[in-house]
Amino acid sequence: MIKQIFQALEGTPWGTAVRESTWLFPTIESIHVLSLVLVVGSIMVVDLRLLNIASRQRSVKELTDEILPWTWTAFVCALITGSLLFSSSAVRYTGIWQFKAKMCMLVLAAINMGIFHLGAFRSVAQWDRAPSQPPLAAQLAGGISLSIWVIIVALGRWIGFV
Amino acid sequence: MIREFCTWLAATSLSEHIQDAFWVIPTVQTVHIVSIAIVMTSMAMLDLRLIGIAGRRQSLQEMGARFLPWVWITLVVLACSGTILIIGEPGRELQSDMFWIKMSLLVCALVMTLIFQTLLRRRDGFWETHRAAAVLLGSLSLLVWVGIVGAGRWIAYVEHG
Repeated sequence: MIKQIFQALEGTPWGTAVRESTWLFPTIESIHVLSLVLVVGSIMVVDLRLLNIASRQRSVKELTDEILPWTWTAFVCALITGSLLFSSSAVRYTGIWQFKAKMCMLVLAAINMGIFHLGAFRSVAQWDRAPSQPPLAAQLAGGISLSIWVIIVALGRWIGFV
Repeated sequence: MIREFCTWLAATSLSEHIQDAFWVIPTVQTVHIVSIAIVMTSMAMLDLRLIGIAGRRQSLQEMGARFLPWVWITLVVLACSGTILIIGEPGRELQSDMFWIKMSLLVCALVMTLIFQTLLRRRDGFWETHRAAAVLLGSLSLLVWVGIVGAGRWIAYVEHG
């Protein structure tokens, strides 16, 4: 039954268009790459701050307030373009373990972010500015986030080789 | 001439090692992409600040001091990872029009970044007092960097040697 959903997705006008056009897939993929590099780059700025490696003179709250709107905008673009790419060969992609693993990693990234925002981030005002160091939970969240996103990039690139 | 060079390079043992080990090219490309993330995000922040759209809580000087070192260091990583990719598949890049378009755009981007950095450091408040130039440079820079990313991806789709 699930396979029928993915087959139906392939049959949609947009799924078909992306699959059959010579230039649509590369173009949408390029926008996907542009979006994802901005997602990853902006998340890295925050993660490196949480790890106390970079932007140490800036307040964590200020940094996240400033950067996260851009991160979310880029993420939505990545999601839309990714969905269009997925629709073009949904059945095939769901059979590729690198794709499934990438989706799992995205969920893990979301969970990690959720735990951080509900946990350590709630007391951010107390450890926000130098010379205060982010608590261990925050540093862990930053380090885990960084690792997960690099793995997501690797898996995403790997899909293209399968 | 390029064709002979590519043939020679592809036959070297280093090139064959890179081609034979299935993990090298995808891994180096991943390093390349993560590096692009660092450079693109840094340049996007600087250019948007230059144009005056975002990040106004920090002065341009502070932002430049924060992000420009990351840009230059990561560009070295990009050059190294790119070189490994070229050695692995010389014809794919060196005999590709799309690759040379990307390199031309890269030269433009580097020149613009140098202009931005030089005036930022040597002429105090230059970008604050020359707003038209700032908006022009910021916009152009943004467009060119986006073009570099696009051209880079399209190498895979356009006819090459």
